[in-house]
Amino acid sequence: MKKYIAKRVLNALFVVWLVATVVFFGLRAIPGGPVRTMLGAEATEEAVNRMRAELGLDQPLYVQYAEWMLDLITLDLGQSLTSGEQISVMMASAVPRTLSIALIGVVVGLGIALPTGIISATRKGQRSDYVATVAAFLGLSMPAFFIGILLALVFGVWWGVLPIVGYAPLQEDGIVEWFRRILLPGISVGVPYAAVVMRMTRSSLLEVLDAEYMKTAKAKGVGRTTRLYKHAMQNALIPVVTVAGIQIALVLVGSVTVELVFGIQGIGRLLVDAILDRNYPVTQSVILLVAAIMVFMNLTVDIIYTFLDPRIRYGDEAS
Amino acid sequence: MSNDHTTSGRSDSGALDPDERERIARRYRDESPVDSTENRGVYRRIRDQLLSDKKAIFGATMVLLFVFTAIFAPMIAPYEQDDTFGINQGPNSYSESDVDGDGEMDRVWHVLGTDSFGHDLFTRIVFGARISLLVALTTVAFAFTVGTAIGLIAGYYGGLIDELLMRYVDFQWAFPSIILAAGLIAFLGGLGVTNVVIAIGVAFIDDFARLVRGEVLSIREEEYVLAARAIGTSDRRIMTKEILPNAVAPIIVQMTLMIPLAIIAEAALSFLGLGVKPTTPTWGLLLAEGRQYINQAWWISVFPGLAIMVVVLAFNMFGDSLRDAFDVKQSEVSEK
Repeated sequence: MKKYIAKRVLNALFVVWLVATVVFFGLRAIPGGPVRTMLGAEATEEAVNRMRAELGLDQPLYVQYAEWMLDLITLDLGQSLTSGEQISVMMASAVPRTLSIALIGVVVGLGIALPTGIISATRKGQRSDYVATVAAFLGLSMPAFFIGILLALVFGVWWGVLPIVGYAPLQEDGIVEWFRRILLPGISVGVPYAAVVMRMTRSSLLEVLDAEYMKTAKAKGVGRTTRLYKHAMQNALIPVVTVAGIQIALVLVGSVTVELVFGIQGIGRLLVDAILDRNYPVTQSVILLVAAIMVFMNLTVDIIYTFLDPRIRYGDEAS
Repeated sequence: MSNDHTTSGRSDSGALDPDERERIARRYRDESPVDSTENRGVYRRIRDQLLSDKKAIFGATMVLLFVFTAIFAPMIAPYEQDDTFGINQGPNSYSESDVDGDGEMDRVWHVLGTDSFGHDLFTRIVFGARISLLVALTTVAFAFTVGTAIGLIAGYYGGLIDELLMRYVDFQWAFPSIILAAGLIAFLGGLGVTNVVIAIGVAFIDDFARLVRGEVLSIREEEYVLAARAIGTSDRRIMTKEILPNAVAPIIVQMTLMIPLAIIAEAALSFLGLGVKPTTPTWGLLLAEGRQYINQAWWISVFPGLAIMVVVLAFNMFGDSLRDAFDVKQSEVSEK
């Protein structure tokens, strides 16, 4: 198993390196280079050259590449072109915001998805299953930012019970204020996530409930609760964990748009602003950060998997 | 007791009994990929199942309605897409304007109200359907073409080619689609429908590549493929004539489920200001505008949001029914 995990970690590092490399060469492959795009077509040759020198773009490619890699390893991401602020500082303030939203999203999502999925599967064909399935379809069909706008409208504008703009850092404003400001964005990203996980829980559990060993357990006289939670859930959970893990991407993506709805300066906002300002150092850093988070998430899912599914632990790696 | 009704199909004497022989023969007939009468049976079964599925009927009806709206937008919309009236007027309101250009003021009805520029909201939403449909179809077609090619080649040849192509797909898999699309917009440097299509299209390639590769791996060793190879059929012909037609069911399901994702992706990019040009009527831009005026005019964001929801719901329902009808496993196609 150690070997398996080591292999996975190496693979993850490889993908991050690949992303860093592609971002590096991708930027330099833009016709006219990033500087031309940044300064616009009417910029003078002189201004372009000065900017190139400032960014180190006038050096040979292998030197730039080596520096980029060295900077990455030492976590020196450079400075923002527009504000001159250190990118690592900007990220340090943005990341907790996005993670807060994602955390609430995942908690809300799983809190809705697992019970609903279980109820839906154990009462297949009944009214509660029907309601849950339709609700999941609706959740699947609403983009997170639309849910955010609806929530802001109802709770912020009409009822006036929750603030709809801005973020309150946990350390400075305390947990209550933090929660009040993060709750609506969290629910917005949590609903589509809940829908996906619920559907997986339902179908996975239905499949397991049909299995031979469930009949055996029943024949042996195992109680309904034990049968459901010990025999069925343990096996049904494996695909659910995969989906729940991989779909955290959905929460992060949702966060990008939802941050805009609620005026929160998270990594999504950072990325969008950087793209709109043609702020290349920030853009490439944020893209790399997101990729690293995703790779790390997938790695974690893979490792959790090995604990849940002994076949992977002992056998060859599943394809 | 243990093996008289198991899979071996052999009686105690070791010879095949007639029933078993018939069963095995039938199995081989069933597996033959080009048998038009068999296929007709399959089509009829799928059609019957879809027609008896309320979800499928609802989904298909709404999808057709959406396509119809997009195509005939200028006839359905009451006004021109750039006509302006009073700003931020609520639903079911009226304004005075000279819409027909005869020099006299007419009383104009705004069933869904007007936006902050004074555009008739219903008109903008109807025209917005065009962008949604256009972007959805072109992105999915693009991702399908490139992704399927990658998956076919990787799965069929295996080895180093597979390793290289799938490394790339893994790399792309590391990005949430919207982030990748946003990054591509940054590289492409500029707003507009073409860039949106390229960005989302590229971002969706990995879904098709993974799916098709998986299908190819399971089909590659089938007897009809080996037979085709044995009689000297070229690789390209085997891939396009033998393998691809047999992977068509999950691919169709995947395409149907990718269309709503493309619609959401386009709306999200436009909402972020990274999509089409700001003057284009799209649902995402209307939502962004509505967010800005959330305190004064709820209708600017709610109605376009509902439009997205209904269309996406329709595609999801239809795709889900299609998956059941084709008997494709949920784990086989990916949802995001």
